Amino acid sequence: MSLRRASGLRAWVVQRVSAVYLLLFTPLLVGKFLFYPPPDHTAWVQWVSNRWVAIGLLLFFVALLMHAWVGVRDILIDYVHPLGARVLLLTLLAFGLLGCGFWALDIVLHAGAH
Amino acid sequence: MTTKLQRPRFLDLLKIHMPVGAVASFGHRISGLLLVLSIPFGLYLLDLSLRSPQGFAQVAHWLTGIGAHLLLILLGWLLFHHLLGGIRYLAIDMDWGVARDTARRSAWGVLAGGILLGLLMGLGL
Repeated sequence: MSLRRASGLRAWVVQRVSAVYLLLFTPLLVGKFLFYPPPDHTAWVQWVSNRWVAIGLLLFFVALLMHAWVGVRDILIDYVHPLGARVLLLTLLAFGLLGCGFWALDIVLHAGAH
Repeated sequence: MTTKLQRPRFLDLLKIHMPVGAVASFGHRISGLLLVLSIPFGLYLLDLSLRSPQGFAQVAHWLTGIGAHLLLILLGWLLFHHLLGGIRYLAIDMDWGVARDTARRSAWGVLAGGILLGLLMGLGL
């Protein structure tokens, strides 16, 4: 019981901490594209490979994927009751999000290196 | 705990009159799920646009069509509905806007603001 309560609290905290970062960063990202869209490939690569932008983007993907994990996990727990289906979907979700995370890491770290 | 469910069940979603907070809440879940499903597509576009000048031109071309703008409006709606709803939940966590009247008004604000900001984003990009 105490374990379950602790894990529920941890998910709750993760969801809110990641939400605050996403709330700050996502409007910045949308604003960048609205008001300063990259004019060409060179400028775009330069922007992404700027150290601070890259760090901000990597933190963004960490927050996004953790937020996605808790959110979709909650939805699956609420609506998918057969244990097998729930475990299967949670496993697919976990691997899918992990895959996205490694993909994002590769994209941001190797921007312009191709 | 061994007795079977005796409570009446009435779960016909088309007949239940949902308060606006419930609509905003469902919307938060649905928008969140759809945003998660769009992550791989976003990563694909990011990857392609950074990979080469040709890739950049390809993505820029895709993003200028009318269909792309409709998709961007939809994406903006999902995104801003979810963001505004998130702000609302964080505020409620901090005991702000818990009273029924305030909560209903803020739920209407989330529904309207999401559509408005989504339109602005989709048309502006």
